[in-house]
Amino acid sequence: MQKGGNAMVTVINEYLHKELITVNLEAESPEDIFYAMAEMLKNNGYVKDSFYNGLVERESKFPTGLLLGKYNVAIPHTDAIHVLKPTIAIATLKHPVKFNCMDGSGDVNVEIVFLLALNEPHSQIVMLQQLMLLIQDEDILRNMHFAKDSGELYDIVSKFKFEYK
Amino acid sequence: MGKQKVVLVACGTGIATSTVVAKKVDDLIEENNLNARVIQCKMSEVSGYEDEADLLVTTTIPSRNYKIPIIKAINYLTNVNTGKIDKEIIEALKG
Repeated sequence: MQKGGNAMVTVINEYLHKELITVNLEAESPEDIFYAMAEMLKNNGYVKDSFYNGLVERESKFPTGLLLGKYNVAIPHTDAIHVLKPTIAIATLKHPVKFNCMDGSGDVNVEIVFLLALNEPHSQIVMLQQLMLLIQDEDILRNMHFAKDSGELYDIVSKFKFEYK
Repeated sequence: MGKQKVVLVACGTGIATSTVVAKKVDDLIEENNLNARVIQCKMSEVSGYEDEADLLVTTTIPSRNYKIPIIKAINYLTNVNTGKIDKEIIEALKG
């Protein structure tokens, strides 16, 4: 295991695309968010038509809300068969939307959604580890929450210095 | 040396959060010289491994009760009180 504050290459950047980042998305429900984000991914050639249904089905059985504190996130994703090219889409929400918690402990008001389109396990491990470090950092979540446009949000995430603590 | 223990690390799809947790458990096994190995899978696949496994570590909601003990590992994602889960896993995998 790497320890002692080793700076890491920001692998997550390889999965980020400005056209897959949205700020102040207006949504009433997780399904609204999934629809908007799945369309965005589909139109840019990252996922198949079936991705949206895959997300909805998967979220109903295995929810992805994470209670972190001040800014809470959801990390919806679904089976690899719906994915063409792996990527992460990000949306900040105009108003918080209720998601069920991943561990079944209730619901959580989510401010930021990281939608994962993943197609195989181990190859994406560093990216996933970095994503977890990102969501554990309240300062960056606050900055993301207040980002005014997708360019600003992209810069905040792509400039984040990943360090193992 | 006793029989090698098997840890199932499961999430809904078997490709996202379980990947992060499987790496954590692998590191714990290595750092503590435990005789154990990790199988990463979907929650729906746990039944198929239940007979050969000794422990289930999961980020999500278990589909039902299993014969093996379950450790909830969502805190590895949120980085809250992870030392407690480390200890639980190490205890469960010791000799």
